Amino acid sequence: MEKGAKPRLLTILDVVTILLLVVATAMVFFYAPMEAVMGQVQRVFYFHVAAGWVGMLGFLVAAIAGVAYLRTAKRKWDIVGLSAVEIGMVFALINIVTGAIWARPIWNTWWTWDPRLTTATIMELIYAAYLLLRQGIEDPDRRARFGAVYAIIGFLSVPLTFFSARLFRTIHPVVIGTNQPGAEGAFDMTSLMLQTFMFSLLTFSIIFADLLWHRIRLGRLADKVEQMKLKMAE
Amino acid sequence: MASELPMAKDAPKDSPSSGLRGFMRALGAVVWKDLAAELRSRELLTSMLVFSLLVILIFNFALELDAKTRATVTSGVLWVTFAFAGTLGLNRSMAIEKDRGCLDGLLLAPVDRSAIYFGKTVGNLVFMLIVEAIVLPVYSILYNTNLLQPGLIAVILLGSIGFVAVGTLLSTMAVQTRTRDVLLPILLFPVIIPVMIAAVKASSGVLQGIDMAEILPWLNLLLVYDIIFTAVAFMVFDYVVEE
Amino acid sequence: MIEVRKLVKRFGLKTVLRGLDFHVEPGEFVAILGPNGAGKTTFLRILASLSRPSLGEVRIAGYRLPAQASHLRRRLGVVSHLPLLYGDLTAEENLRFYGRMYGVSNLNSRIGEVLELIGLAARRRDLVRTFSRGMQQRLAIGRAVMHDPEVMLFDEPYTGLDQDASAMLDTVLRDVAAMNRTVVMTSHDLARTADLASRFDVLSRGLIAASIQRAEIDPNQLLAFYRRAISEG
Repeated sequence: MEKGAKPRLLTILDVVTILLLVVATAMVFFYAPMEAVMGQVQRVFYFHVAAGWVGMLGFLVAAIAGVAYLRTAKRKWDIVGLSAVEIGMVFALINIVTGAIWARPIWNTWWTWDPRLTTATIMELIYAAYLLLRQGIEDPDRRARFGAVYAIIGFLSVPLTFFSARLFRTIHPVVIGTNQPGAEGAFDMTSLMLQTFMFSLLTFSIIFADLLWHRIRLGRLADKVEQMKLKMAE
Repeated sequence: MASELPMAKDAPKDSPSSGLRGFMRALGAVVWKDLAAELRSRELLTSMLVFSLLVILIFNFALELDAKTRATVTSGVLWVTFAFAGTLGLNRSMAIEKDRGCLDGLLLAPVDRSAIYFGKTVGNLVFMLIVEAIVLPVYSILYNTNLLQPGLIAVILLGSIGFVAVGTLLSTMAVQTRTRDVLLPILLFPVIIPVMIAAVKASSGVLQGIDMAEILPWLNLLLVYDIIFTAVAFMVFDYVVEE
Repeated sequence: MIEVRKLVKRFGLKTVLRGLDFHVEPGEFVAILGPNGAGKTTFLRILASLSRPSLGEVRIAGYRLPAQASHLRRRLGVVSHLPLLYGDLTAEENLRFYGRMYGVSNLNSRIGEVLELIGLAARRRDLVRTFSRGMQQRLAIGRAVMHDPEVMLFDEPYTGLDQDASAMLDTVLRDVAAMNRTVVMTSHDLARTADLASRFDVLSRGLIAASIQRAEIDPNQLLAFYRRAISEG
């Protein structure tokens, strides 16, 4: 296999990802029962939470890659971090938008200032700040170092933000396990719903891994092109 | 030829540059330097102060508060003011170092990088506290309310520490980018939200005379934030100044 | 005193120094000449421990860079083309600040000594922002010698100075170098360095292209030597 050609494992992963997505979608619409109180719109929940999970995952990967870069100064960690942020950002956005779609018919408002949604938005802003930070730096090594530092700081702030927002107010449904009376919009999950939920989580995680791999490859190939350009200019 | 070079000696144990004494001396020197320069030019404090008072003025007209509503909104207004003025101070403080290459001068010194970080952070904290110490009485007079309560002062101290701990680190980064001043608030504000929320809730709790037990969680949050982020910033500062 | 082997410095994918070798004996005064963009400032920053080598070995006074940089800094004095001075402080306060940072003992008398050396004793209480460029440069040198370093690095110290200021700088440099210090200076100005340096190296395209002792060359031939070195690179 020639250097730079797409690895076979990646192609397999692509196929698996697409299959999983098809099955998950089918499960969401046909396998999971309709929820008694909220109706059809509740189906958004499966992908909404899965997307939120991937958003957080992106953050986590970026922070870990950040630490790795600071310790090893190897370029590949920088590419991993950047890729994780880019992908995480998209999924966090999906999380926010699906949250709004879900909220509208149920609470008659596009936006609820509840902790999870608020934290997701702030996470999105940190992601954007990360990209803006990188954009303002010429030197690639400095760009990678600053990105790594900010990814770590950003990641550490998220749990604290969530906690403080939660102390502040709550109307977001508390989904898994708790049966709090008066918690608006809560619903218990039947086992079919649980299966669909878990499957969606799995699917989205695989999607994340697949996209991440693609994006890292892209980053590496771009580096190679730059290198070749410089060699030719000499 | 290389074999004739003197072998590297370890720094002598009583060298003034090593150890805690050297660290504290460098920290003190950096703080003294910032304070002395500011005392002379007063440009940082003046701009922060004028800015704060202008913001409060704008809030007054924009929010049209009666005395009752004002009680609940005061802490919000105060903290927004402090955040904006604080950002101004952070930017300026670092810009001074960057512009005349003084950051290099600091890095050349035989001291631990973290001494520089703590020196700048303490300096920034002092400036922020000075501005806050002036804004509080002024606000009290303007709105006929007493803000000079020990509980409030404690909250302001904890909140400012968190703000400045992260802010100094991020401003060190921001000042080395193309976009400089503009970038600092973008980097800082999302990350400082826990401080803002906790500080505002704790402040308004104190001002409204709410039971201590309810305010305590907010104070704890501030404390946790301060500790975590001061520690992280201190560990990471090296990477932000080296080349 | 200074030993550099196969020094490579890359900025991202761009290579500025390509396996540079450089060696300085204690007490030598080496002038590094070279065209813009050759990497002189980059090289000096690495020697000053402000920048890390990508590859290769750098040793100064026996200390390896960057690993043992913190031990080295006390013996290093650096003057760059930016003054590294605080405009809102007086000359004396600037020296006091750096003296404290370097842990200089007998600070007050040392400040007095240095001010005499650089000819600024009369202006010690004046704010640095009122100083001319020449005076700032002299104060910058004063800052750099406060802690009596063995090795001094100068990056284009004559930049922006007029004739009188340059002449003053000559004197100061001579005095400073005389105290058995090892000096490396980068410069554009061939004429000035000709009098001061004991050796001339030419840095071109990321490598030391040529090196010659002062004793081996007639000052008039220096320009030709330089031109030859650059074109051959």
